[in-house]
Amino acid sequence: MWGLIHKLGSPKWFYQLSTRLQPWCWGAAVLLLVTGSVWGLFFAPADYQQGNSFRIIYVHVPAAFLAQSVFVAMAVAGLVFMVWKIKLADMAAAAMAPLGAVMTFVALFSGAVWGVPTWGTWWMWDARLTSMLILLFLYIGVIALRGAFGRRDSGARAASVLAMVGVINIPIIKYSVDWWYTLHQPASFTLTSKPAMPLEMWLPLLIMVLGFYCFFIALTLMRTRSEILRREAKAKWVQTLIEEAR
Amino acid sequence: MPLSETTRRVAVISESADQQHLGIALGATLRRDLNRMRRRPGDVLNPLVFYALAVSLFPIGISPEASLLAVMAPGLLWVTALLAALLSLDGLFRSDFDDGSLEQMMLSPYSLTALAVAKVAAHWLLTGLPMALMAPLLGILLALPMHSIGVLMASLVLGSASLSLIGGIGAALTVGLPRGSVLLSLLVLPLYIPVLIFGSGAVQAAIMGDAVLPHLAMLGALLAAALIFAPWAIAASLRISING
Repeated sequence: MWGLIHKLGSPKWFYQLSTRLQPWCWGAAVLLLVTGSVWGLFFAPADYQQGNSFRIIYVHVPAAFLAQSVFVAMAVAGLVFMVWKIKLADMAAAAMAPLGAVMTFVALFSGAVWGVPTWGTWWMWDARLTSMLILLFLYIGVIALRGAFGRRDSGARAASVLAMVGVINIPIIKYSVDWWYTLHQPASFTLTSKPAMPLEMWLPLLIMVLGFYCFFIALTLMRTRSEILRREAKAKWVQTLIEEAR
Repeated sequence: MPLSETTRRVAVISESADQQHLGIALGATLRRDLNRMRRRPGDVLNPLVFYALAVSLFPIGISPEASLLAVMAPGLLWVTALLAALLSLDGLFRSDFDDGSLEQMMLSPYSLTALAVAKVAAHWLLTGLPMALMAPLLGILLALPMHSIGVLMASLVLGSASLSLIGGIGAALTVGLPRGSVLLSLLVLPLYIPVLIFGSGAVQAAIMGDAVLPHLAMLGALLAAALIFAPWAIAASLRISING
């Protein structure tokens, strides 16, 4: 077990492994996203109340899912980096942070666009929109803190601490904001209980969520790989890779 | 504070290590910070003056109408308290970082976590507590109903302790950075939001005549959680900043 973890933690080994994994992740992501979008946008039945505008859900919900899970993944990577000093974990955390921030923005933006036909306004201080907005600020804070340090190692450790502090705070913020105000329709999609939507609306959503996750994994792999190459540029195996590429 | 005195006091801390009395070290750190602030009263007064000034801007900017102000008073008093607390945070570790006292604390046999708690406690005694004591005056300026002023003070006493602890994490993370104070507000304000919600919620409930205790209990729970987690995060962040 420990041997495997240490092996996985070696940038060289991870680079070689991800070279083989990456095409599969991209393939799955493209397949799922195309299937989900076509199904969701053209074949799923229109909502009896919201009409066609409900189809924003196929972007909004997966993005909101990712926005939250990327922060957790980032904090876990930060913990691994702080406790076991595995540099690869930090490279992954650095690669994930901007993706999470973009996903949070996408969720907010699609929520605002969705608000126009349903609520008649771009923005409403609804509990979930509010906690998403706070999440966006947390992401920006982590990214800015990493960039503010002169030494990369210090920036990495500071960002890890902040990500862990943030992940403890996210549920607290979420529940206090929920308590503060709620206007949003009850959660339309949970993994644990039976969905309230009909199957033909719900299945494309599931496919889209899976597609977003695959897309995120593929993109993280790609960004982590370029981070590995950048940081290990002087290592022998990277030099040989460059030689081979020529 | 002159360097020689810093080293002398740190020496006092190190000597007492032999007796394995953490309490003495904590007391010494607390006393040292309180003394330092007593010698530079400006650092204590500035956040308070800011608090009073910022609160008095709102009637000028919005409306002097008492009925309108009374509705907004809980939120205004709490948001301004947040900003005033934020203003005072940058100084929490700054001078100790600049003159090397933090390094001495790290080298001392006591846990940095405990010493950080003492420093945060001193910070709260000199910013959070005075702000809570001053709040009734500002409440009157904003036409806050009299019967809610006690709750305002209680919520500020409880809430500002959490603000000092959470803010300590941000201050520790940014103390080594040249333009850390701008970043500090970005890091800390999102984490302050639960305190803001329950703090102003308590005052609003008091005005409406609703139950106040649930809000105060939540503020107490936030403080308990902050007391458990924040000291470790502060110590870890200080180590990063000192090395970085």
